[in-house]
Amino acid sequence: MALIEIENLVKSYGKVCALNGLNLNVPQATLYGLLGPNGAGKTTTLRILCTLLSPDSGHVSIAGIDILKHPISVRKILGYVAQEVAIDKILTGRELLQLQGNLYHMHYSDIDKRIRELNLRLDMFDWIDRRCGSYSGGMRRRLDLACGLLHSPTLLILDEPTVGLDIESRSSIWELLVELKSQGTTILLSSHYLEEVEALADQMAIIDGGKVIAEGDPENLKNQLGGDRVTLRVREFSDEIEAQSVRNILESIQGVSQVVVNRLQGFSLNLVVDNQAAVNRMRERLEEENVQVFSLSQSRPSLDDVYLQATGRTIMDAEMEVLKQRDTKAEAKNSMR
Amino acid sequence: MTHSIATTSQGSDERSLLQDLAQETYALTKRLFLQLLRRPSTLIAGILQPLIWLVLFGALFSNAPNDLLPSGLTYGKFLGAGVIVFTAFSGALNAGLPVMFDREFGFLNRLLVAPLRSRSSIILSSVFYITTISLLQSFAIMGTSYGLGYGWPGSAGLLLVVFTLLLLVFAVTALSLGLAFALPGHIELIAVIFVANLPLLFASTALAPISFMPSWLGWLAAINPLTFAIEPIRAAYSGPVDLAMVVLHAPYGDVTGFGCLFVLIGITVGLFVLISPLLNRKLA
Ligand SMILES: Nc1ncnc2c1ncn2[C@@H]1O[C@H](COP(=O)(O)OP(=O)(O)O)[C@@H](O)[C@H]1O
Ligand SMILES: [Mg+2]
Repeated sequence: MALIEIENLVKSYGKVCALNGLNLNVPQATLYGLLGPNGAGKTTTLRILCTLLSPDSGHVSIAGIDILKHPISVRKILGYVAQEVAIDKILTGRELLQLQGNLYHMHYSDIDKRIRELNLRLDMFDWIDRRCGSYSGGMRRRLDLACGLLHSPTLLILDEPTVGLDIESRSSIWELLVELKSQGTTILLSSHYLEEVEALADQMAIIDGGKVIAEGDPENLKNQLGGDRVTLRVREFSDEIEAQSVRNILESIQGVSQVVVNRLQGFSLNLVVDNQAAVNRMRERLEEENVQVFSLSQSRPSLDDVYLQATGRTIMDAEMEVLKQRDTKAEAKNSMR
Repeated sequence: MTHSIATTSQGSDERSLLQDLAQETYALTKRLFLQLLRRPSTLIAGILQPLIWLVLFGALFSNAPNDLLPSGLTYGKFLGAGVIVFTAFSGALNAGLPVMFDREFGFLNRLLVAPLRSRSSIILSSVFYITTISLLQSFAIMGTSYGLGYGWPGSAGLLLVVFTLLLLVFAVTALSLGLAFALPGHIELIAVIFVANLPLLFASTALAPISFMPSWLGWLAAINPLTFAIEPIRAAYSGPVDLAMVVLHAPYGDVTGFGCLFVLIGITVGLFVLISPLLNRKLA
């Protein structure tokens, strides 16, 4: 049985549909990655899981407990590290951790012991007794992570844990997560960084438009896509008509499949080739048809290709599209209690 | 790493509900007081402002003929009770601000993710905090007022003063917590506090008796909750405690000390009943 079972989750904010029938199963003791562009519904999913938000409909259970019926039992076993770190600037890091421990009803001696362990592991000595207001982004993250881990949760939920961090802080957080997993903690993390999910996750789901569009082991997902990915440009900036006509040609070539027009990148063409012979056939055929080749690149399939295959755009492009539209201030106001 | 950072021996003994509630409420209250200690400016401002009222108004009317005021009080003695009540009132009204900041900056979410036995702990800790600071501020004013020669109530009187202040503070706490959850942000909350403060002071018997006021203002003062807290305290300052004594000559009739306390209790209970659905919804 999976540790987290999500069935048909639906959630709207007014007219905006954030989750549109999301299904997800997270097995025990895995590091599960939730990959998706900005606005995909990652934060909404995680906020529902940690009982901050109730869904419009759907069913969620954690460790067999229905989280809507027994929220307190779920909160006990769950550690949550939010996307926006909310810390009390006037408290010191240690005081915040002590507060956290008391809210989880830990014994005073256990609180101290855990603070010592986490202090050591997250290397917070130099600043743990300073007020949080003076911390850098990396320090805040580490403290927030310590808060989430203080009560030794069996499930750790992290919302974009390394966004905006320098490479060093990022890799030290990655290391910690891998270590936690090896010790049996189940970790669910959201990210819009391909390389983060690629480096960490043993299981993953790609979400887009409030739905899971692909899930499984990252290696399998990539292998399922078959042969090498090819990006072909006939001109630096092509147009729809030209791209479609080239696409028709390409689709008729043996060993070439999954031809997609990528509108957001100058109507370039993305396709999959079975082998090198198919690439050669393609070049010959394009020459016969008098189609020029501006550029042609070839690579092993990546997670981005998995996303591209399902949605017809890259994650980066999806990000760019949404960034312009989202009013995060209004959303924060909206989700205030 | 030699030891696991994921797991640790967890206390397996059954803990009682009360123990858990005490632990979480204590921790939340402690946080509010740490904030206060490290940012004492609002506490100090809350003492300075009434202090200035006390000294300036006391001086302004110090030569007023004594027989103008009821029961031959000097103006300073008369004013003392008003300023004490005003201090407790504005202290309590301001104290919804930390809750508002927690809502706005997402710290409340941190509390809501934790397995609190009851989210009433969040409210309870605020009530403790608000009560303590408003009483502290009031005592500071009582001390100063004593130093200025405006008197000190006897021990029964002191009890009445504290009891009356507590009732008022509870009522205003309910109001300020209600506002802290109902209003959209701290700017709006500060605006309401700013607008409510002075009119409530002037439209009460804090600075002048009803007999001085035009009838419309007299009516306002006679239904102003502050007046019902001021008059019993004024009585406690001016003689032996007798709650059956008439302390307020309102346009609608005479009100005894008991009557005032009864009204305050009604307002307090009423406000808590009024805001509890709001708090339940916001903290559900
Ligand atoms: N509080 C809110 N009010 C209104 N719309 C929201 C709110 N939170 C999120 N949304 C919208 O819901 C969708 C999903 O958001 P979110 O779950 O935050 O996605 P992600 O974390 O993947 O970026 C987005 O379109 C976003 O604009
Ligand atoms: Mg998000």
